[in-house]
Amino acid sequence: MGGSLFSNYGEAVAILLFVIGFGNLLLQSNLIKKIIGLNIMDTAVYLFLAEKGYISGRVAPIVVDGVQSVEAYINPVPSGLVLTGIVVSVSVSALMLSLTIRLYKRYHTLDLDEISLQLKKEGL
Amino acid sequence: MTGQMELVQNFPCFSIMLCMFAGIISSALKGKSAKRINTAVLCINILMSAAVLLFTVRTGEFYVYVMGRFPAPWGNELRIGVLEAGMALFFCVIMLLSLMGGKHKLIQEVEEGKRNLYYILTDLMLSSLLALIYTNDLFTAYVFVEINTISACGLIMIRQNGRTIEAAVRYMIMSLLGSGLFLLGLCMLYDMTGHLLMSNIKEQVTGIYLSGAGGSFHVPLMVTIAIISVGLAIKSALFPFHAWLPDAYGYSTVSSAAILSSLVSKGYIFLLFKIIYRVIGFDTFCDSRIIDILFIFGLMGMVFGSLSAIKENDVRRMIAFSSIAQIGYIYMGVGLGTQVGMVASVFHVLSHAATKSLLFIAAIGLTDVSGGSRKFIELTGSGYRNKIAGATFTAGALSMVGVPMFSGFISKLLFSQAAVQNDGKMFPALIVLGISTVLNAIYFMKTVIRIYTPVENTEYPTVTWRENKVYAVTLICFIVLNVFLGVLSQPIVDLIGWGLNMFA
Repeated sequence: MGGSLFSNYGEAVAILLFVIGFGNLLLQSNLIKKIIGLNIMDTAVYLFLAEKGYISGRVAPIVVDGVQSVEAYINPVPSGLVLTGIVVSVSVSALMLSLTIRLYKRYHTLDLDEISLQLKKEGL
Repeated sequence: MTGQMELVQNFPCFSIMLCMFAGIISSALKGKSAKRINTAVLCINILMSAAVLLFTVRTGEFYVYVMGRFPAPWGNELRIGVLEAGMALFFCVIMLLSLMGGKHKLIQEVEEGKRNLYYILTDLMLSSLLALIYTNDLFTAYVFVEINTISACGLIMIRQNGRTIEAAVRYMIMSLLGSGLFLLGLCMLYDMTGHLLMSNIKEQVTGIYLSGAGGSFHVPLMVTIAIISVGLAIKSALFPFHAWLPDAYGYSTVSSAAILSSLVSKGYIFLLFKIIYRVIGFDTFCDSRIIDILFIFGLMGMVFGSLSAIKENDVRRMIAFSSIAQIGYIYMGVGLGTQVGMVASVFHVLSHAATKSLLFIAAIGLTDVSGGSRKFIELTGSGYRNKIAGATFTAGALSMVGVPMFSGFISKLLFSQAAVQNDGKMFPALIVLGISTVLNAIYFMKTVIRIYTPVENTEYPTVTWRENKVYAVTLICFIVLNVFLGVLSQPIVDLIGWGLNMFA
């Protein structure tokens, strides 16, 4: 167990980062910190994919010097997944940031709990 | 696949594309034209899904639609069986009715310049729902899950006030936690199996599972199943993850509330069903401990959702809390771990979608004749002031409580039959089902009695159905749909069972 953990330290770090990001997104009450947590969480997944997709000593599957053997190249699919994932996470972060700006303009605070309190006072 | 492709087989792909293009075109149009395009798209989709459903029923087997030129292990594909086509048809019908019923409120509550945005969002929402239903590729499913989340967030906050923006933020946070877990789970599955297509993953997963508890990938597989299930459960507002739901459903414009409660959460649940059958395999899923967790949270949701609904003093939020209880029913059925339980859950997806959108749309008619207030005290006697909304609300309430003739009765019957067949979980399931039914009856009958309590010389106006004919027609369609599900349940249940077998 300990040995395999050490040889796969990249994956272990990725999962650790995922948990940190998840916890921040769930538990922080400051909206900006939540968004930072979201980004850590998503990036951790990309690190995980990159770790899993890379085989040391091989290169990206672009044939330049006539080498066509499968052994020379890495699997390009994880990189494609990371790319798609980045697009998704950028759009989601942009949406979250715009919502945060709206709330800040209305309530002059970034604290989600305090916003809830103010809403209760408004008593809509 | 052999032989020539029939035209009908292209329809699922067409319907997804049609919704997306409609959304793009609508961005350059004014609200009215966007609405017309949206209605046209929905009607065309209803026809196309019905044609696909007939086709799959006639051939009696599923078919695979290859997207692009690459075949199975590399390319992307759609997979269509009876259940997928039926679900697509049903979702389109509910969406059309919800939009028709909430149209007059949309005009009051959303600014003139933003109305076309609303229809863009519903077009995108529909395309993502259809893609979630039809796709056979896990990563495509993830991308459309995110599109679904973003458009749902837009639907919540299109009515601008502090409450809806806060609800949208809370909704986004919970959804992002869910999709983060789902993404991690699918990456782990990809690493273990080397595939992204559901059917190919299943072959590998079955191999891992058969290698037994000693196999090197057994523990990671169980962890992955747990992560994916919990991620989708968070997104569909299973009991402990429901904090965002009452505000999001309670304060957004009524069409959004109806669409969110009856379609968005059901889209994720349908994806979970698909993953259970087509990615993990039903037997593997049932042997993992995760179904016990889903079962327990389902039971807790059934009780606590109803208790919160009883305490609520606002009719829209009460209906929203009732959704939490109903989602609990669905997960309880999954947690039973039998085919009968799954059939009951799928039927409850249909039944709850039909009933909950009806209740939201009918409730808005009642609050409109009570000065716009949603407090129960103001609603007194509103059933007399808007007769058709009152009658529809009563029908929905009866269905939710589980009175025969309505769809809710059939799903309760199916759940109890499924519970009896499972020895270990029979008693908790039946007892909680009973408690939850009584609690349902308390808060729904309380509301029905309230709206039919006569009041002397009220200052609020009385409206007849002639003043808003579209609304009245919508309500009648909803009642018909509900009674249809309740009376013609046997063929539908047979179709669901058939579809689930085709699923695997």
